[in-house]
Amino acid sequence: MDLVPTPSQTAGPYFHLGMTDTRSVKCIADPQTKGERVWLACRVIDGDGVPVPDAMIEIWQANAEGKYNHPDDTQGDDTTGDDTQGKTIDSPWFGFGRMPTLEDGSCEFETIKPGRVPGPRNALQAPHLNVAIFARGMLKQLYTRMYFAGDPANSEDAVLALVPQERRESLLAQPVVSHPGHWRFDIHLQGERETVFFDV
Amino acid sequence: MGHLTNERSLAQYHRTPPGSQPPSLYEPYRATIRRSPTQPLTVLPHTLSEITGPVYGHEKIGETDNDLTRQHSGEPLGERIIVSGRVLDDNGRPVPHALIEVWQANATGRYRHKNDQHPAPLDPNFTGAGRTLTDENGSYRFVSIKPGAYPWFNHYNAWRPAHIHFSIFGRAFLTRLVTQMYFPGDPLFAFDPVFQSIPDDKARQRLISKFDLETTQPQWALGFRFDIILRGRDATPFED
Repeated sequence: MDLVPTPSQTAGPYFHLGMTDTRSVKCIADPQTKGERVWLACRVIDGDGVPVPDAMIEIWQANAEGKYNHPDDTQGDDTTGDDTQGKTIDSPWFGFGRMPTLEDGSCEFETIKPGRVPGPRNALQAPHLNVAIFARGMLKQLYTRMYFAGDPANSEDAVLALVPQERRESLLAQPVVSHPGHWRFDIHLQGERETVFFDV
Repeated sequence: MGHLTNERSLAQYHRTPPGSQPPSLYEPYRATIRRSPTQPLTVLPHTLSEITGPVYGHEKIGETDNDLTRQHSGEPLGERIIVSGRVLDDNGRPVPHALIEVWQANATGRYRHKNDQHPAPLDPNFTGAGRTLTDENGSYRFVSIKPGAYPWFNHYNAWRPAHIHFSIFGRAFLTRLVTQMYFPGDPLFAFDPVFQSIPDDKARQRLISKFDLETTQPQWALGFRFDIILRGRDATPFED
């Protein structure tokens, strides 16, 4: 490391102009994409319990097979017979979404549930979305992950295991019982129910 | 090594040096007080989830996306500027195909945004948003006008120094950077808590572009250089 990375500065209150007015991405997976459909409603809430109406959420995720559309994800590129053989990217898959929050602090995404991707010591991670939050009042983005409550793989996930039991709940999206395929994920920036954020 | 062929050992990205990035909580910037976590962050090992990210090599950039002075029928008012620079990683290697998005106020210090109530005129010939991609050498360039300073409500008589917002997608989700580029010699630096939030003075200075006679075009526009450094990777894969 020879150079020092450029400091972050807040996205400010007018980021819509450059990032979401014409370049928001609600639909991460279109109806043709393979996988279990997920309709996701996120909310961002501040330390006073007040919805944050000027945040932006970015999501980065793997496809249903657990592969990222990225040159450094080499799963399935070789035929050495490991358990990643056959993982492919279906062509329209990109895996990125971003939306600004509305007055009530909410934003929505349409996607598919990602597959399991390898993690530390090559153990498979539980299905998760990688989430970054930007806003006025945030000098740098916060990173978190969204897992799916009730997924049996959560109990063996190496990243969830780093988080104290009593705070793991904050990383779990909850299913909307009346609407199959719909999930809710609240992000609390601080307070009693503060979401676990990661130093990546 | 044989048994390692199926192991996916990933080169870890460098962490940033202490003081080189702003903290989440910086009380003089009041909006951080209720929007910053109070619990320590959980340090993540870098897995495929962190080291991958949206790569924009094949994006189409529209003809006027990188020229904010040509997006309307007439020309915007203000000092015409050419902003150029390189996006490098912290090992000094160019980051090609990085998507850069910019947005800014017009010459009077007013954003074309419904929440901007600053009583300064909008310019019908200026939107204030653009984007471009870095080339093979990590170089980028766009044309705009110099934004004005503008008042905000953080404290009594608070004014932001003139700046252009930058959003950069590098190679990984963890190298994602949103920042602001400032102009040399701005008298407002000392009073701006957003700029002052970066503890290390040297790191802070890196957000100030440099006037550049080389890229200044005679009889046409002033040139400013702004290089952007993103986090880079260790030379050798981390065997975990």
